[in-house]
Amino acid sequence: MPRIRRELYNKEICACSIFGAMNRDGERFTGKGVMKAIANMHVRGNGLGGGFAAYGIYPEYKDYYAFHLMFTGNSPEAKRSAKIGFDAFLCENFDVVSDDEIPHSDEVVVSDPPLIWRYYVLPRKQGEEALLSDEDYIVKMVMHVNTKIENAHVFSSGKNMGCFKGVGYPEDIGEYFMLDKLYSAYTWTVHGRFPTNTQAWWGGAHPFSLLNTTVVHNGEISSYGTNRWYLEMYGYACTLQTDTEVIAYAVDLLMRRQSIPIEIVAKILAPPIWNSIDRMDEKEKKLLTTLRMVYGSLLMNGPFAIIIGQTGKMIGLTDRIRLRPITAATRGEMFYLSSEEASIRLISPVLDSVWTPNGGEPVVGELNNMRTVL
Amino acid sequence: MKSFVFPEFQIIRDEEKCGQCRGCERQCSFGTHTYDPLTDRLISDDYKCAGCQRCVIFCPKDAIVVRPTQSFYRPNASWSREKIEDLKKQAETGGVILTGCGNDKPFRIYWDHIVLNASQVTNPSIDPLREPMELRTFLGAKPDLMDIDFKGGDVEIKTKISPHLMVETPILFSAMSYGAISYNAFKSLATASKQFGTLFNTGEGGLPRELRAEFGGNAIVQVASGRYGIDAEYLNCAAAVEIKVGQGAKPGIGGHLPGEKVSQSVAETRMIPVGTDAISPAPHHDIYSIEDLSMLIHALKEATNYEKPVSVKIAAVHNVAAIASGIVRAGADIIAIDGLRGGTGAAPKAIRDNVGIPIELAISALDMRLKNEGIRNRCSIVAAGGLRSSSDIIKAIALGADAVYIGTAALIAMGCTLCQKCNTGKCNWGLCTQDPRLSGRLNTEIATKRLTNLLNAWSHEIMEMLGGMGINAIESLRGNRDHLRGIGLYEWELEVLGIKGAGQ
Ligand code: SF4
Ligand code: SF4
Repeated sequence: MPRIRRELYNKEICACSIFGAMNRDGERFTGKGVMKAIANMHVRGNGLGGGFAAYGIYPEYKDYYAFHLMFTGNSPEAKRSAKIGFDAFLCENFDVVSDDEIPHSDEVVVSDPPLIWRYYVLPRKQGEEALLSDEDYIVKMVMHVNTKIENAHVFSSGKNMGCFKGVGYPEDIGEYFMLDKLYSAYTWTVHGRFPTNTQAWWGGAHPFSLLNTTVVHNGEISSYGTNRWYLEMYGYACTLQTDTEVIAYAVDLLMRRQSIPIEIVAKILAPPIWNSIDRMDEKEKKLLTTLRMVYGSLLMNGPFAIIIGQTGKMIGLTDRIRLRPITAATRGEMFYLSSEEASIRLISPVLDSVWTPNGGEPVVGELNNMRTVL
Repeated sequence: MKSFVFPEFQIIRDEEKCGQCRGCERQCSFGTHTYDPLTDRLISDDYKCAGCQRCVIFCPKDAIVVRPTQSFYRPNASWSREKIEDLKKQAETGGVILTGCGNDKPFRIYWDHIVLNASQVTNPSIDPLREPMELRTFLGAKPDLMDIDFKGGDVEIKTKISPHLMVETPILFSAMSYGAISYNAFKSLATASKQFGTLFNTGEGGLPRELRAEFGGNAIVQVASGRYGIDAEYLNCAAAVEIKVGQGAKPGIGGHLPGEKVSQSVAETRMIPVGTDAISPAPHHDIYSIEDLSMLIHALKEATNYEKPVSVKIAAVHNVAAIASGIVRAGADIIAIDGLRGGTGAAPKAIRDNVGIPIELAISALDMRLKNEGIRNRCSIVAAGGLRSSSDIIKAIALGADAVYIGTAALIAMGCTLCQKCNTGKCNWGLCTQDPRLSGRLNTEIATKRLTNLLNAWSHEIMEMLGGMGINAIESLRGNRDHLRGIGLYEWELEVLGIKGAGQ
């Protein structure tokens, strides 16, 4: 009998800076401001990872799933051949409407960039797959590529949105992809990374995304092993071995597949303590007890602050005992989330309100009118 | 026939100290000590000594030492003293050697080869004295997905959730039947579990009627192959029902409570005549397949109006993971697995010492199997058999258990010294006996206090270790093998445990 390989967890650990800006009227703006804001938290990163998620950047292709792919390898030929392998898979399972290499600036020096390609696709479901929803189909295919196809990695797969990330300081990555010139989005989230124990890999940078959900995260999840196996039972392959990936998948499972609103999701990821639950009125107590009982394995334990991006929404959440705080602010239609208030002030010196949300309490920014982006 | 087995223990009495109070004589149920009025001295018969240390602890003058005998056979790595003596005993009696307690052989104890993690810098450790630290645990089947309804800010859970048990610490008292243990010991376990907010298990000997109203809510009642003491009220007064298929100390073997232990009260509770042997057959005579088990599970759910989780307890044997997976599919809400080191009131020594697998490996194999099959949510795992300390328990949880059962540890808390004479019914500590003179020695109030103290101490230690790992709720450690590393283990062992080696 063949020996089953021992399952080894290689979790990485990092400290980070996160920032998010959203225009709730749906007006789009370039990445210039957020690049400046994240640069202000330079010392919170160490140049080993930076990335952006931008919503509303592909209005002309808004009905198609935009796949961002990384092809890695030791040489340009190796990267090309990884792409050829992937293309064959893609053409079999998707209708590709258009594709191009994601433009980058050669003036910015980054270390060992992979070949980064963009595809706009529609699912071509065959046989039994016809029973899957488009989104479930995409998730299945993304998991397949990321676990089975060597040297190819899907790091963005939503509609009218995209992630840009790599090894470097976030402001450098922004310039590399020319986010201040080429793209306008109504929501930007950004991440500067300080990994403490892994070799730099482009795919390991934040944001982590699946479909339209992106997550940037600061902290370490000590419940990783528990969260991971729970998600694996639902078909999420945790390939990147970072905490953030499990948050992205948990959000997908709860918010997309089970349509649970963020207020409740927050009570699953960062539930109140039993002492508080026991003091609530009967109805609330029953609800929260049931949530903790059923979803105990999705409790994210340990310090974290995250910004979740979704179509039309930007959400901030911290762990239940607020070991990693986050600052929220508004100015007119602008809504900001940041690891540090100073970064918000840098790009918007005058603010209508600034506050530090309680542990486990989500702050949600929503578009005033969803139609502006759909 | 003259026995060729020499005494196991040697009793040394310091005659200078001894005050001839005859305390030791009264304490020993095995009749080891006798008073000789002629010499005004106490005489001890080493042959009778069980090594339970009762007289040592109760001698007011600290005059007695009981130690392993100095005599020995010529050392022989193959023919150990135990092997030679067991053989001699059998040559003298022609019978099966019976014993009590759990397997005492030097099989590898994996707990002692696993180390825990702690936070440094990137993830703050949490101080349980200042911050909340939660051990509350729910046992039962969880739905895969929940249907939640939202109407105008009002949230309602539409999925019907199966019944659950709630415990304030993931430590439950293992099955020990009234009959095997004394009434006082049984009642102490019940009282302690009630006081602490956890559960005790009645074992297969029923639940005395007068205890039902008060302690039913903290009882897991067993349905075993002998079907002793079962009626509708028994099932319905309890928190949960457990079908006992196997026991770690004696997988594949039934139970035998000798008639001498079946007193009036034991007989009433078991619903059998006084003084008759209570024999539990090896298999349930209505379970010869997984389908039969499924029918029994559902019959019990039907009998309890689907209000109580049903647990199935099996011994950890070679294919434990596959068997347990079948049991989950058969409808069990909880799987209790009992490992190689699980204790017993009486078992054939050959079985106790040679059948089954260590619980550490069984927990991990079962947890991984259920995850791979995507059905881990559908049941809770309660691990039993050889948990000796809070660190064993926390490791069991990190390997995938939801909670643990402690049996031997609870007995030790009440005074047991693991003398392995439970099968004689003469337990000097008042635990494994129905002799009123002996069982009366166990003061329920004190025993209860000792048990709650133990739960308290272990829970605190678990909190400290959890906090060290940067975790503040026990559910975040369940199956979280990240926090474990192995030391001195072979590759295949690390594989089964699903953990890395230290330093990896
Ligand atoms: S109990 Fe101690 S003091 Fe009393 S008779 Fe025995 S050995 Fe002597
Ligand atoms: S329960 Fe009593 S007889 Fe059994 S091992 Fe413990 S002390 Fe000995």
